[in-house]
Order: sequence, then structure tokens, then C-alpha cells
Amino acid sequence: MRIEISYRPEFDDGKVRKILRGLETELSEQIADLRIVDVYLLEERLKNQAGEITRLFLDPVSQQAEVRLTQEDPGLIDGDWGRKAAPSWDLMVEISYKPGVTDPVAVTAWEALELELDGERPGVSRDNTDDAPLRVQTARQLVFTFSKELDEETKRRIGETLLPGLSNPLIQKQLSMYSDEYSRGTRFPLLYPFVADTEVPAVQYFPIARMNDEQLVALSRERLLALSLDEMRVIREEFSRPGQIAARKKRGISTDISDIELEMLAQTWSEHCKHKIFQARIDYRDENGKSTTIDGLFKSYIQATTDALSASRPDLRSVFHDNSGVVDFDEEHVVCFKAETHNSPSALDPYGGAITGIVGVNRDIMGTGKGAKPIFNTNVLCFGHPHTAPEEIPRGLLHPKKVMSGVHEGIIDGGNQSGIPTVAGAFLFDDSYLGKPLVFCGTGGIMPRKVLGEESWLQHVDSGDLAVMLGGRIGKDGIHGATFSSLALDEDSPTSAVQIGDPITQRKMLDFLLEARDKGLYKGITDNGAGGLSSSLGEMAEFSNGIRVDLDKAPLKYAGLAPWEIWVSESQERMSLSVAPDTWEAFHELARRRGVEATVVGEFTSSGFVELVYRNETLGLLPLEFVHNGLPVMELSASWIEPEKRRPESQARAYIRVQAGHWNSEEFMTARLFELLSEPNIRSKEDLVRQYDHEVQGQSVIKPFTGVRSDAPTDGGLIRPVAESSQGLTVTHGVCPRMSEADTYQMAVHAVDEAYRAHIAMGGDPDRASALDNFCWPDPVQSDYTPDGEYKLAQLVRANQGLKDACMEYNLPLISGKDSMKNDAVLGGKKVSVLPTLLVSLLGIHGDVEKATDQSFASEGDEVYLLGSAEYRLGGSYFEKLEGNQLGATPQIDLKGNRTRYEAIHAGIQSQLFSSIHDISDGGLAVALSECCIGGRMGARIEISGLRAISPLETTDGSERLTAAALLFSEGGGRFVVSVPPGRKETFKSLFPEAERIFLGVTGGENLEIRDGGEAAINVPVERLVESFTTPW
Amino acid sequence: MIAILTGYGINADKELGEAFTAAGGSVEFVHLRDLIDDPSMLESFRILAFPGGFSFGDHIGSGTILGHMVKNHLQDAINQLIQRDGLVLGICNGFQTLVKMGLLPNTQGDWSNEASLISNESGLFIDDWVGLTVNTLNPSPWIRNMPDFDCPIRHGEGKFIYAGMNAELKELPKELVAFRYQDNPNGSQDDIAGITDPSGRVLGMMPHPEAFIRGEQHPRRLKTSQGAGLSLFRNAVAYVSSDK
Repeated sequence: MRIEISYRPEFDDGKVRKILRGLETELSEQIADLRIVDVYLLEERLKNQAGEITRLFLDPVSQQAEVRLTQEDPGLIDGDWGRKAAPSWDLMVEISYKPGVTDPVAVTAWEALELELDGERPGVSRDNTDDAPLRVQTARQLVFTFSKELDEETKRRIGETLLPGLSNPLIQKQLSMYSDEYSRGTRFPLLYPFVADTEVPAVQYFPIARMNDEQLVALSRERLLALSLDEMRVIREEFSRPGQIAARKKRGISTDISDIELEMLAQTWSEHCKHKIFQARIDYRDENGKSTTIDGLFKSYIQATTDALSASRPDLRSVFHDNSGVVDFDEEHVVCFKAETHNSPSALDPYGGAITGIVGVNRDIMGTGKGAKPIFNTNVLCFGHPHTAPEEIPRGLLHPKKVMSGVHEGIIDGGNQSGIPTVAGAFLFDDSYLGKPLVFCGTGGIMPRKVLGEESWLQHVDSGDLAVMLGGRIGKDGIHGATFSSLALDEDSPTSAVQIGDPITQRKMLDFLLEARDKGLYKGITDNGAGGLSSSLGEMAEFSNGIRVDLDKAPLKYAGLAPWEIWVSESQERMSLSVAPDTWEAFHELARRRGVEATVVGEFTSSGFVELVYRNETLGLLPLEFVHNGLPVMELSASWIEPEKRRPESQARAYIRVQAGHWNSEEFMTARLFELLSEPNIRSKEDLVRQYDHEVQGQSVIKPFTGVRSDAPTDGGLIRPVAESSQGLTVTHGVCPRMSEADTYQMAVHAVDEAYRAHIAMGGDPDRASALDNFCWPDPVQSDYTPDGEYKLAQLVRANQGLKDACMEYNLPLISGKDSMKNDAVLGGKKVSVLPTLLVSLLGIHGDVEKATDQSFASEGDEVYLLGSAEYRLGGSYFEKLEGNQLGATPQIDLKGNRTRYEAIHAGIQSQLFSSIHDISDGGLAVALSECCIGGRMGARIEISGLRAISPLETTDGSERLTAAALLFSEGGGRFVVSVPPGRKETFKSLFPEAERIFLGVTGGENLEIRDGGEAAINVPVERLVESFTTPW
Repeated sequence: MIAILTGYGINADKELGEAFTAAGGSVEFVHLRDLIDDPSMLESFRILAFPGGFSFGDHIGSGTILGHMVKNHLQDAINQLIQRDGLVLGICNGFQTLVKMGLLPNTQGDWSNEASLISNESGLFIDDWVGLTVNTLNPSPWIRNMPDFDCPIRHGEGKFIYAGMNAELKELPKELVAFRYQDNPNGSQDDIAGITDPSGRVLGMMPHPEAFIRGEQHPRRLKTSQGAGLSLFRNAVAYVSSDK
């Protein structure tokens, strides 16, 4: 039976406008009318309740319904939208999910039926799994009417152009019919096929001890294990070990490896879960050919930084070993922060990939310590350039605009529906992200310092505790996600890796968990993400030193999953917990009342083994020690090629010398400023970001936009998480991949500086910030496939060195992080690799939110200064990108000098010295000034020759005199534009002596007027800046 | 004194509790499941508040399913609360719920469907601050002596339509309008941002007054210690605290 619901014709459906906007203009102009119809498909046995069910789904004021009980019978009809025998529309399309793909709307419909028709239908209750469960499907119809004046042939042609863009064939099924087909009696089906319940496939065993190398490689490839020959050999060795053989024989288990054991090892040892490259021993040759051995990048740079800073940072509570890093907030609370990436899934299904990324990292917070409450989300999204010509897109890939719109939609739903505000983020565009987009999702959380008398960041898993799975059921979705993301994307990428997160199911689980936590109903918790139960229970088992799991007890979405699929499936919205047997009953009862499914799937032991049982047969018996520590450390080589050899400075200078005259012209600088303001990386993102709820939970202080019209971007987010305390949390980012081409060391230093200086600009405490590192790299392992692997690995080494140096100087411990090392795509024989990208996300303490700063010019007559060094190097800047030519070295950062200046600025903010303070980043000084003007709708008169006089610019850029363009558009770090009210001038000057400040001018007027030694450089009305900044996409 | 409803995807409950607390009220969070199992719980409260959020994901029309549940199980208990001179508030998804279940505007007193909140004209979810004009013709205790004020909207389906009993577009009786947008962000009929029932004791609104109880929450971070939204909660707490 199908129930079709749509708006009554007299009401205008805003969602139609949204769909039309997503189409090419020429196409949408041909559409005279579009109606959206929500379709609910139900099993025939509910036929007698059709009326009641329809009333449950229908808003009688704004909507109408058509119910079809059988294929021929139009059934109950309420209203008519011209679909009778002589239809007035032209084309009708119906989009449904393929069997097995999560359909959140169907989940809701199912739950609504369960709650509201309770007791009237047999077999619906989840507790009564013996009866056939009720199944609900949903679909969406789009009913198009084309312009009247078009002939039939043209209408068909438009239809054919329209159809391919309406759904994603990887996860959706699309049916369509023209009106004449409808008139001849064609109808969409009453129900789509469900996943067929099938027989459980037999367990497979592989005689790995007797396999040769070739067979090992083939086995890894055929099963999509992503294990190298060396790794397969280690498994062969283990299964040849007499001790292992004896143990298995004693238990009556095959001495061959079972599929479930093999899959567990592949998942646990995947690059995604094990971070093999960051653990590897690296032979690093520097620019002089000098060789050093790095004993693990993580240990040598990341952990070493935090260890070294830990003495001066007593606020660190739990770093590296849990799902997120935990630091003190105040006497009563601790806060935690984690960021993840979800790149490969987002390339295949942008919406599902992004939403799953968000709800996934939310679970990291829910699974930290005894369980934290998510209080904010962040996202940094990297796409191919939105204006890429369609023919430039490699076959098998989506256009970046399509990727962006899907990811954006996923971020909207993922955050908004969860009730977690999206407080900070960024959009980046570069051709290198055409192959794999980068989707960084971060979440912060808060916990009381103590839960029932014990520190909240501690958790327990003891032998004898029950292993409990909570939340959604297991299906085939997300099988091989962990191993898949450790491979390059190609035409054969598995669609089973795609999942769609369901924020509402998860929200209910969160509400339940916080209630259960405060009642002490569980002891330990971790989330099910990549690797599913294999990963979560496998890791928790390390606490108690063993686990026994009965896989047949795990609740499934449909029958027929092989035991190994149950074990590694990444079906969403699930947590794993350790529950003491004596609290299980209370835990289970509360879960039932909150509509969350909880199931005991096993027991933690101290046996030293992971023991996997299915229908009383032991299918897996792996020593925990081997699972977690059996993998030998990789040995890799890295070789640095210094920038001068790759992009000689002399060439850049020669180029600049030729351009200097041109660059110094007012016409050029004005045009460049407009181009920069409308450049996708820099332009306003307000149209996108306003669709994120950034204020739910009522904490926001510095919002994404500021100024008199709330349309100028801020430097980061500031929230007040505890209403009773005036202390705040800053949330900022630094990400500078454009600098990677010149030098990844500088890229990393700039990323840290960008995040930290935004924290400083908002008024954050210089000694109370903590950072996350998220590396997204192209494959850095030398092979035929990656002939430049040694250089890419050296880029990674350099980035780690930069990260460490900057964090040490800024007293910025790294509290958590993640890496994704295979961001390459090979399509149609063409390899596209991402720019080496390091995202630094920062969580900081702000002493008093009432002293939060403003970024926009506030009153006429304030003096404008640049705090920080003058800069002229253009390497890695957006100016360089527009120029389309390498412009030499990137700016260098004086970390020590910056640190001193940041402390002075912090003191200045404490005494409310500045009318405004805004950091200088993408687009340089000219763009920063423009944003201050836009925010205040106020001009300024600026003179930049002082930059040459005061700064240590002993080096010229090749021209006789540094070009004004270099001064205006260079993107060196550590710099701010501030405005100071006349009354505070003296205090300002005492805090920032002559050498520490560069006078730029005075606020006021309607133009941003920039002069260079009296000569006009730029002189444009602020309204023109606004116009460029908001250029349509 | 004040029951704040939670569960099933409601998510703006924390800050609504903070707003009532800041206004001097004593707050209890009540899960809908527990309330349905024991509707008599409501007898110990004077105010029932439906917070914002995404109940049931808004998947089947915002507030639709939650509205059905509340109406099916709690209609009597809520009617009694109102008859006892208690107050009911719905914000954003809470407003959508009150409208979908017929408690607003309820001109006939029988919870029949008269109005709806449908997709914003742009088709987009919007988070932005709006100016609200208070309707002085409406005598509701919720908005007594309130000045016009700013607060954020955060919704995708906030376009108010009033259809009366036979689904023809009509005008909502003027005295039931509580707030109008100064600059209509979603296409609402008559710029309507919030309405009350004829008794004035039930208020529903799309904007979030609970998100403006402190000066620093305003996008221009007003240097006042209190946000203008607080007076709405003060009115309610004062109303249920006085004499009765």
C-alpha cells in the first residue's frame, strides 16, 4: 500500500524553490511547476488501518493525501493534484533508497506507527522479534510540468537532461514516467523489494600456513583486506606457530584461519585504525642528504610535544588514549574535543558521507570517559574548484559543486537535527580536492568533573562485565569502511562502504546515555565507528584482557549476515558498553523506556583471547596480544627536496621584476582586491553557514558573523557552555594547504599560528589552549603507484616538525588527532592527489566572555594599526594563485616574537584597549581591512608606506622597491588589524612601543582608501567591497 | 513549577530550563514517555513548556508525530492544566507541535486543526536574528508589558498559515497574534511569528526568546547583563506565582 502526501496546491512549497535553484538555470526556466510528494510504502497487512495511518502522517491544513491500497484501486483520495486519467503534468520521478541503505524517514515512520498504533498490530514491537517485523519504506516523488509552449519532443529532451542529476545511483533507485505512460495505466510499485532474508553463508577457512606469497597477496586483494604482503606474512607466521596451533587444537578449532579472524586482523591493522605510517620507523634524509632515523612520527613529534608541555599544563586530564582529548574547564567541569575525517564516503555519497561523519564524531564525545555531552560541532570542507568545467571532471567522479551541495546538506541535517550547534568551520577549494574531497568533522563535549564521586574521564571494563551493544541494528552497510578508506578511490570502490547517519536515533541514545551515566548504570563506553564491534569490543577487551562474544545475539536489520559481517559492519548509531551484571536489569529497563535497543552480546574475560562464537561454535580465537601488538612496525624512507630546488627564488624574483610596474598600478590592485574578495576560498559563506544552527543550546557569544549587519566573518567561535560561569570556550581552526607546495614545515607552522592567533584575537587565554591535529595526506609510501612517495613522506616529516615547533612555542599541547593517509583517486588512468593538508583545531579557555572582542570597525576617528611584522613574501598566497605563477618562498613565522606579542595583545584585550581586532589571514592585509570595513559599514583612510619603513624587509622581492601589492596581499602569520579609540591611544602606545606597532590610518568615511607614499593604491566604496564579497557562486 | 518536555529529538530543553531558572522559576525536565505513562504528573506543575528541536527528525512534517502523541495521551491533562490557570509554551518545534495538534490557535476549544507551519519560502533552514513587534491587542499574560525585541529564528518550516475550519485561507483573529516579524524572514501570513489561544495562556512562537537571556548572546553583544527575551519568562513565572 502507498500513501502519497503533498502540499495542497494553494500553498507554495519552499522546498520546490530549493530544488529548482539546484538545477542549471536554463533547465529550471523550462519548468512551469514542480510538486514534491512524500511517499510512504507499507506492507499489505496494514491495509485495514490505512485511514488511521494516513491521519498520523498528514497535516490536514496544508497537505493532501492519496492512498493506493492495490495496484489498480486509487483507494482513499483526499484532494487531487491533476493526476487523474488526463494528467496535467509531464514527467513524474520517484526516488527511493536501494534495499539495505539506511532510510531515516522510514525509521521515524516505523517508530511513529509503533508508538501510536500500539497493541493493534501484531509483530511490530521490537521486543517481540519472533513475529515478522513491520517494514516501512519511503520515497520522494517529483512531479514536473514543463512550460506550456514547448512541444512534446522538447519536453522529452528536457526530461532526459533532468533525470540523471536527481538522485545518486549508488544508494538510490529512480523510476520515472511521462504522462502518456501514466495514462496507459503505468504506476509506481506498491512496495519496493526489501533486503531478502537469506541463508547465513558458511564460514570460510583459509590454510594460511601453507599459502605462498602470491596466494597471500591474492587473498588480501580478493577480500579487500588492504593488508600488504609483509602483513599477510606475519599472519602466516602466527598461524604456523606451534603454540597457536596447540591452543586451537585443544579447543577443537580449525588450525586454518577463519574469515572472521582474517577480517578482524585486517580491520585492526588497517591504516585507518592502526595509523601505521605515523608509527613507522622512518629513515629521513634532509636537504643536505644527512640521514636521521625517526622512531615514529606520532611518538617523536606529537606525543613528545604534549609530554614536554605537560609540566606547565596541569589542566590536561586525558590525552591520546581515549576517543577524544579531555582538559579542565572549571572547578566543576571538564571539556573534550575530537575531529575526524570522512573523505572516501563523501566522494561516493556526499550527503551520507558528511552526515555520517558528524554523527560519528559526536559518538566519539559520547564515548569519552564515562560519556560526555556534545556541545558544539565544527567542520572544514575541502572541494575541487566550484567553477571546474564539467569536461575536466574525471569519469566516475561527481562535480565539486554537486559534492559541495551534498556535503553541505549533510552538515545541515547532521548538526541541526542533533541539536548541536555548528560554531566554526571553513570551506576550501583547490583542484587537488577533485579526486577526494576532505570532510573534517569535529565535536566538543562537556562532562561534570565527577560522576557519582569518581573522575568522569576514567572508565572501567572488568572481567565478568557484560559486553553490551546499544542503539541501531546491524546490517551490511559500512562493511569494509576501515579497510576501504585505506585504499585509493577507483571505479570499483564498494558501495557497501556508504552509510547514512540518522541523527534522531542517535539523539535518543544520547539522552538515554546521560541519564544512565548519572545513575551509574554502566562502567565503560566506546563508540562503534570504523571497524564496528571488532574495533570497539576489541579495544575495550584490552582493559580486562579478553572477551567472549556470541555473534548470533547481536540484533540484525535482516537475516543472512555472515558472522564476519556482523563483527566488522559499520552500521551507525551504535555504542559498546561494559555493564556490571547487577546493574543490567536497571540499564535495560531504562533503555526500553527511552526507545533505545540494548543487547548483551558477550562477556569481558581475562583469558587473553578474543573468542568469537556463533551458534555455540567457536569461529575465532585470537590472542589479544597478537591482535593489538602483533603487527611489526613499518620501515619507510623519506627524502626532502628543499624549496629552492623545486621553485627557485631567482625565477620568482625575475617574474616579479617584470610585473612590478603593473602590480603598482591602482587599477591592478583594485581589480585584484575585488577578485580576492570574490574568490571562493575568501568570499562570504554566509548563504551556506546561515543554514547551520549555530546557536542551539543557547551558548553562543562570538557567532560566525558579526558587524552592524551581521555579515562580516569572525575569526572563530566563542561559546559560554555553563550559564552560571562567565568563562568561555574558543573554537578556532588553522589550515593552509596552499603553502604545502613550497614547504610543508611552513604550512604546519602557519596552520598552528592561524588557529592560535584567532584564539588570541577573540580574547582567549594564551596558556589555556589545546589543539587537535588532523593530517590528510596523499599516499606517502614509495611504490610503483606512488613514485614520489619518499618526497611526500618527507613533506609529512617536515609538517610534523613545524607542528611541534609551533606548539612548543605557543604552549599548545596536542590532545587528540587523526590521520588519513590515502587521499588519492585514480580514475580514467589519471591520478589526483590532495595537497598535503594539516588541519589544526583549537579549543581554548576564555577568561570572561564579557571581554570578547569585536572584529569590525566601530566608530569614526579610531586609529588603525597593524600589530605584527610587515610581510612581503607571496608564496602560498591566494594572490599567487590568482597570478597563476610561482612567487617564491612562503612567509616565515617568528614564533618567539609572536608569542610575546600575543601576550601583550591579551593584556590589551583585558583592559578593553581595542575597538576592534581582526586577524590577517587569507587574502592578506587588504582583505582583512575590507572585512573590518564591511562589518562596520565604515571606511578607513590607510597609508601603507610605513610598512616599508619600519619592517625588517631587508630583502627586496626583485623589484627596486617592494610592490604595494606584496605588502597588501601577502599572508604572513602573526598579524592583526586593530582599531584604537582616541581615548585609549596613550595606554595603547605604552603597551605597544614604536617597534611593535605600525600605524596604518584612521577609520571613517564611506570608502576604503589605501595610499602608498601618498599615491592612490585602492579607493573603493565599502558597498562595492560588500558586493564583491557576496558575488553569487 | 515548570515542566520542560524532553525526548524523541527535542533538543533545546537545556537553555529553555536556564531561561526559566534565570526568571526565578523552578524547573523539572520531564521525558514524554514518563508523562504519557502517568499524566497525573502534570498536576504538580503550573507551566508546561515544549522546547525547540527536531522531534522525530521533523521527518514527517515538523511536530506532526509529537503532536499526535501528546494529543492522544495528554489532551485531558493539558486541558486541566489550562483550566487551573496554568500556562503552556511552545517554541519553534514546540510551536509546530502545538499547532499540529490543534492546541493553537484552538478558537473552537476542541483542538481541531486550523493553522499550520510550512516550509520557509526560501526552502532553506535559517539561523538569523529577527526583530519582533509585540501585539499590544493581545492580553496574554506571557507578553504583558513586553517591549519589542530581537531574538534568533532557527527553522526550516516556520511559515505560518491560518486556514480556519474549511481549509480556506483566512486571517487569524487579530487579538490572537502575539508577535510579528519586523522583516518577514519566511513568508508567514500577516508577518506572524507567534500566537496565543483565546485564553492567552497558551503561547507558541517560532523565534527563540530563550536564546536571548543575557546581553552577550546578541550578535552585537549588548553590554546589558540581561537579554530582552528574559521578560517573557519573568511574566510567566510572576503570573503563576501570584496569589493562586
